[in-house]
Amino acid sequence: MHQLSDTDRSTLLVSMENIHKSFGEVDVLNGINFTIGHNEIIGLVGDNGAGKSTLIKLITGVHLPSSGEIYYKGEKITIHSVKRSRELGIETVYQERALADQQTMWRNMFAGREITNKLGFLKVNRQKEETEKLLREHMGFTSKALTTDSIVMSLSGGEKQGIAIGRALYFNADLIILDEPTMGLSLSETRRVLDFVQDIKKGGRSAVFISHNIYYVYPVADRFVILDRGRIAGEFQKKDISQDELVEKMVTLARTGKLE
Amino acid sequence: MFKSAKIREKKLEISILLVLVGIFLLFFIGNPSVFTKFDIYYSFMSTIPFFGIMALAMTFVVTLGMMDLSFPSVLAFSAWIFGKVFQISDNMFLAVAACLVTGIAAGALNTLLIVKIKIPSLVATIGTMFFFRGLVNVCAQGQGISLVDAQETIFFKLCVGRIGGVIPAQMIWMIALGVLLWSILKRHKFGSHVLMVGDNEASALMMGINANRVKMIVFMQMGLFAAFAGILSTLEVTYFWPSQGQGYLLTTLAAVFIGGTSVFGGMGTIFGTFIGALIIGSMEAGIIAIGLTGFWIQVIYGTIIMISVSIYALMLQKQR
Repeated sequence: MHQLSDTDRSTLLVSMENIHKSFGEVDVLNGINFTIGHNEIIGLVGDNGAGKSTLIKLITGVHLPSSGEIYYKGEKITIHSVKRSRELGIETVYQERALADQQTMWRNMFAGREITNKLGFLKVNRQKEETEKLLREHMGFTSKALTTDSIVMSLSGGEKQGIAIGRALYFNADLIILDEPTMGLSLSETRRVLDFVQDIKKGGRSAVFISHNIYYVYPVADRFVILDRGRIAGEFQKKDISQDELVEKMVTLARTGKLE
Repeated sequence: MFKSAKIREKKLEISILLVLVGIFLLFFIGNPSVFTKFDIYYSFMSTIPFFGIMALAMTFVVTLGMMDLSFPSVLAFSAWIFGKVFQISDNMFLAVAACLVTGIAAGALNTLLIVKIKIPSLVATIGTMFFFRGLVNVCAQGQGISLVDAQETIFFKLCVGRIGGVIPAQMIWMIALGVLLWSILKRHKFGSHVLMVGDNEASALMMGINANRVKMIVFMQMGLFAAFAGILSTLEVTYFWPSQGQGYLLTTLAAVFIGGTSVFGGMGTIFGTFIGALIIGSMEAGIIAIGLTGFWIQVIYGTIIMISVSIYALMLQKQR
């Protein structure tokens, strides 16, 4: 059991203490102590079913912990929801991309946080302008065929991922969570995602990058947290471990259940 | 490669408008003497709004990817409440309020079954359909309620009076509600949420949209408008009868589907439903006017539904 002092907590962006999470009879997370520092990129790695997605869904308010506490910028989070996490400055780029296929870019962009007037009517022109800015300036899409009125269904995997990331960056998050962001992408699209992660670091923000591909995570992360069957199996600073050593440990873990 | 949503929607709306024009052309050619006089249009304007208004509300339900079959029964039960309260209290305001509250409460019951207990909407609303119809039967005991006195009230004129001595007020209601519901679906935050939840509920939840609340509001508004349709249809003939609402189930649904709203959810068109209601509502009279027997009506309904829904499905396929 791991108690952080208040001073420790206030120097951290996120602190999760003694977290347990079960879904019905299945225990997904057991006694997790996980922290995220300011301007820190964490590579959260582990095999399928280790609990990585669940862990981040606790940070982003999609689920609530069965027990344990979460602190954000030193303050305990008691009521949590996706809305609240966005207000706090946490954005996620989900594995499932969280986009609605039949809707346009401008609706997807502002889903759940529409720009409206006092009566709740959408400021459609504003939303379209901002979406246009996002597409052309932040994402660098120059194709005439791709417009704010385009339907998401017609985009490639990389483009959809680009929208999801662009959306997270646009809303100025302090913490960006990327859950398997390179899944299904081509090499050049993957390169673009990794460049974004480096931009996040350069911008003074923090990120949690989940992937099972160590070769993608290693170059961009500061610290690695290895999750195995609901528990943290190990943590390493990048300076203390080489890429090959990390891969070696993951392979051993998968084979024997231990890091050595 | 990238399909614009605007173009697709315009295409859909133009197609449904063309179908309406085509049908009326057929009617003109088949029986010019009937279709060049005002009388038949007067008849359409008096009768279409009763199910047309419910079709507009139903558009939201279908856009959510759900279904509500209980609305004709809710119409009847709310209408009974309307008639009974007026009969007892002679107070139109009270009767209207009681009726609309009943409709909303029915929507709340549907919400409880569908959102809390998680029964699929199709099944849950079959249950409430029987339940409310049964309730009407028990309460009314086969008796109608006369509301002749209602003719004196302002409400009567507001709901079913003849504007300028000519236009049935219910048509104005249908147009006004059409405009309101269109702007909510297309231009309001709530409409955006309905589209998102209907398209991909998991994504909507991840974006912080309260899907359960969206569903609750949609089913409650369905109940509300079913009750309102009950008021209109009752006042039109100043009489409540226990089998009110029967016969609206399929025409209402047909209006929504012909209009182009996708049964898969995530896409809805109020304009389409409005035109769809005009098509379905004019079909029966039109078919008889052009000389076909009433036997043809269902074959033609069915054919039009199959053709229009196929066109939409093909248009959707082309997009993928």
